[in-house]
Amino acid sequence: MTTRSIPDRLQSPLERKLKSWESLLLLVAIGIFVANSFASPYFLNAWNLSDATFNFTEKSMIAFAMALLIISGEIDLSVASIIALASTAMGAAVQMGVGTEGLVLIGLATGLVCGAFNGILVTGLGLPSIVVTIGTMSLFRGISFIILGDQAYRGYPPEFAFFGQGYVWWVISFEFVLFAIIAVIYGVILHMTNFGRAVYAIGNNPTGALFSGIRVGRVKFILFLLTGLMSGIAAVCLTSRLGSTRPSIATGWELEIVTMVVLGGVNILGGSGSIPGVVIAAFVMGLVTFGLGLLNVPGIVMSIVIGGLLIGVIALPRLWSMWRTR
Amino acid sequence: MTKLIASREALLMLAIAVLLGIIAWRFPAFVVPSNLLSVFNDTSPLILLAIGQMIVILTKCIDLSVAANLALTGMVVSLINIAAPDLPVIFIVLIAIGFGTLLGMFNGILVWKLAIPPIVVTLGTMTIFRGVIFLLTEGKWVNSHEMSDSFKSIPRTDLLGLPILSWIAVVAVIVFTIVMTRTSLGRAFYAAGGNPHAATYAGINVGKTQFWAFTISGAIAGLTGYLWVSRFAVAYVDVAGGFELTVVAACVIGGVSIMGGIGTVFGALLGALFLGIIANALPVVNISPFSQMAISGGAIIIAVIVNAQANRTTGRIILKKAEHAA
Repeated sequence: MTTRSIPDRLQSPLERKLKSWESLLLLVAIGIFVANSFASPYFLNAWNLSDATFNFTEKSMIAFAMALLIISGEIDLSVASIIALASTAMGAAVQMGVGTEGLVLIGLATGLVCGAFNGILVTGLGLPSIVVTIGTMSLFRGISFIILGDQAYRGYPPEFAFFGQGYVWWVISFEFVLFAIIAVIYGVILHMTNFGRAVYAIGNNPTGALFSGIRVGRVKFILFLLTGLMSGIAAVCLTSRLGSTRPSIATGWELEIVTMVVLGGVNILGGSGSIPGVVIAAFVMGLVTFGLGLLNVPGIVMSIVIGGLLIGVIALPRLWSMWRTR
Repeated sequence: MTKLIASREALLMLAIAVLLGIIAWRFPAFVVPSNLLSVFNDTSPLILLAIGQMIVILTKCIDLSVAANLALTGMVVSLINIAAPDLPVIFIVLIAIGFGTLLGMFNGILVWKLAIPPIVVTLGTMTIFRGVIFLLTEGKWVNSHEMSDSFKSIPRTDLLGLPILSWIAVVAVIVFTIVMTRTSLGRAFYAAGGNPHAATYAGINVGKTQFWAFTISGAIAGLTGYLWVSRFAVAYVDVAGGFELTVVAACVIGGVSIMGGIGTVFGALLGALFLGIIANALPVVNISPFSQMAISGGAIIIAVIVNAQANRTTGRIILKKAEHAA
């Protein structure tokens, strides 16, 4: 039960910007960057930094769509399983001799179908998205397991490797360009269109949004479709980068993606958040993983850092305000 | 009487009976009492965790850290057993419960005092707990020959024809049925989740109630941690990996509403048994164990659809609720 007080004067726009979540996060990112470049001599190397971007490009593509979904008050925990299913579908198509264009289409289509399935269950039947997507998380990956068992699909055509391994210019990878384009598209959708305003409105007050003439169900359905599509795109990139498909592909990514979104300042309860925040959070997580990796820190210890960051970035401001109002 | 027939528990019992009937039709050996008891014993850890999770979900929270708590506590007691093989097992059990309780309280404090959304807190502590196991052991396993005999024997010791592991599950079901239906704390869990505002006006501290829910869930996870590592006689970082979602699935199938306030210990027991029977029956009926994931995913989705139908308010709907709007 918080009491709301009305300040006697508003903060200036500049002051507000400086005190925002995004600036705090940017400061953290710069700090990690500087610390990393002191800690390891191999950090400040264009190719190494380029490699580091692969740590987050695929995840953050999904994170942008997930950010919109979470802002609207829903969540999708099945994204990593959609990657597994889409990758399995592509692998099966390869065995039938489908070409690169066909593979990409199949990957994206699988993502869309999975997203539509989630969307119908949540908006059509009015079920809570967290349970539905815990279910589809098992279902989608389970189908991959039924098809593949302990086997793997290989033999992707050489041209297919471009999506995950190709470079557009010097050290700029295709994935990084795709990440940047998708970031801009989602930034525009969320911050500059009616659709974006509708997403915020639904997250803040679904009933109010409905009575304001927003088609709540349809907007949410589109968001689930977009999340599925992004998972399909990520599946194409990841499969292309790894060159093989196993049913355990991208295990645990859903939690890393949610972490990325929350770290980016999106309210897990819905209603607020921004795309620039998610972009910076993607860089923070990528830099932490890469920097610790250079220092030979095992992956599981990095996950402590990520988990600590997730709780810390939310807890510290609250502790700070509790301490100040004391 | 009609209320009894229409209840979720009755429906689920029917589903379990049908499931057992189908299996018995092809493989009568599966339903002999001794095998059913061994299935129950096998499902006991899931039953224990599902009871703890149910209490947390009742208060509108979720605890994704139970499996990590189990793994960390299991590792801690294994290491204590190596360091002091002569320590009586009763102390090991008490340490396991105590340590698990502390981990649960840590979740609870963050939810209660800092008002951080439970899904964020437990997502973070889940990765942190697993990481701490790695820090403790540097990834090494604690194997059977390193554990003392008394440490390993407790869950397997037979008492009146049932292993102690099964008895613990039976006792937990009885104790928590009484706690949930006959004590003010038990009713507070329902009130805090069913209608937090009304609960507050009724003098229930919602945050504190949630804290106790996490504490109980942590204590149960800690106890299960000891039982798990001593039964399988091995402790490592990935013990019970991904089990948290199985536990949530058991609750959902058992009719616990993810929105809080609805659910019974008996329902959680049935949900866990349903999943346990499927897991044990698949190898018997010659279905690849790889299909287990897809089946439990499908079961979750069907369960949540059925529950939603049962909860649908009868009578004429004058104003549509936005959450259910298509």
